[in-house]
Amino acid sequence: MPRSRSNSTFNFSQGIKKFFLSAFVVFAFVAYAIHERLTSSNGGLASASAAPASGSGQSASDPASNASASNSSAQQVPASNLSSSSQVSYKNGTYSGPDVNVFYGLVKVQATIQNGKLSSVQFLDYPSDRRTSQQINSIAMPYLQQEAIQAQSANVDIISGATLTSEGFQMSLQSALASAH
Amino acid sequence: MKQTRILMGMPVTLEVVDAGASEPLFDEVFDYFVYVDEKFSTYKNQSEISRINRGEIKFDDASEDMKMIFGLAEQTRQESNGYFDVHHNGIIDPSGIVKGWAIYNAAEILRKMGFVNFYVDAGGDIQASGKNDRGEKWRVGIRNPFNMDEIVKILSVTDCGVATSGTYVRGQHIYNPKNDGEDITEILSLTVIGPDVYEADRFATAAFAMGRAGIDFIEFLPGFEGYMIDKDKQATYTTGFARYVLNA
Repeated sequence: MPRSRSNSTFNFSQGIKKFFLSAFVVFAFVAYAIHERLTSSNGGLASASAAPASGSGQSASDPASNASASNSSAQQVPASNLSSSSQVSYKNGTYSGPDVNVFYGLVKVQATIQNGKLSSVQFLDYPSDRRTSQQINSIAMPYLQQEAIQAQSANVDIISGATLTSEGFQMSLQSALASAH
Repeated sequence: MKQTRILMGMPVTLEVVDAGASEPLFDEVFDYFVYVDEKFSTYKNQSEISRINRGEIKFDDASEDMKMIFGLAEQTRQESNGYFDVHHNGIIDPSGIVKGWAIYNAAEILRKMGFVNFYVDAGGDIQASGKNDRGEKWRVGIRNPFNMDEIVKILSVTDCGVATSGTYVRGQHIYNPKNDGEDITEILSLTVIGPDVYEADRFATAAFAMGRAGIDFIEFLPGFEGYMIDKDKQATYTTGFARYVLNA
């Protein structure tokens, strides 16, 4: 009996030691991971997570460089795709989100609410400084362009335009043709 | 060989570059438009669509073509978040989808006859196939909505469809060919290039009804490009549009 008791006491103290040792190992790993995440400029594992505390990410904390990084032509997403999916009513206004790390750079969006519904989303900031970002953006981001219309030479085979004859005109033409028989 | 006739209340033009085109073959294609008009025109009292609207024909007893058009119209309504709708003031007017569908089918008739280089143009909506008589891609001009005698863009296209939905400015009055009296003031013209004229036409119609957001809708449609002209004579165009533009 005493022997078994001393045995169990020994096992107990050994168990406590094991617990603290493994707790220390887990803590050290977590601390190391946090340290890595805060100091790594690209945020390695931190894909699509907010990076407000990014130590070396100057562009995240400096609004001036933010402004220069964002393309002057803010891109718009059609509201038609977005508004239909949500039934929730929001307060009217314009809301900006935080800079979010999307693996290849930072993205910041602004949502506009009209009549309680999401009416448009603008990209205030998206990665355009690095070559890979530009490549990804050219595929993933809408890139509408604008120009003033200008008359061209009329050297064409076919012309596309809205149908000149309205349905009212069609009706009148048909009755005119009918009376011409 | 090239011919224009007024059918469905608009000019319909066929041009076939290949040898072997003849009057009887052109008649066959033009007759197809006549058939479509007889069946789908809401302005003809005895058309099938008019009889359906009066309740004389039940939908279950409608022709196969009619059922197909209703199916395509419903599909387009869903794909455009409801912006495309053939139901107006209690009657069904499928003309918004019938036109592109008819041009596509007419082009298919020519293709099945063995022709490769041709186009079918009905009221400014175009199915272009192969090359023109100079061996180049077809040159399609986009009409200036502010001046109908002018072209503001030249496209170079082959084996695809081009359709424009829009209004025209006459003096200070804006005139909507598709719906007189309706006020569309922000945008005047939206041209869509798509895999074929049926696809281009239905999405041009739907996107135009969205106003300024229409060009975003086209931007997000894979396989489609668009050129929108607004009331300030500014054009907005999609990412891949420039590759169709002929730099003359």
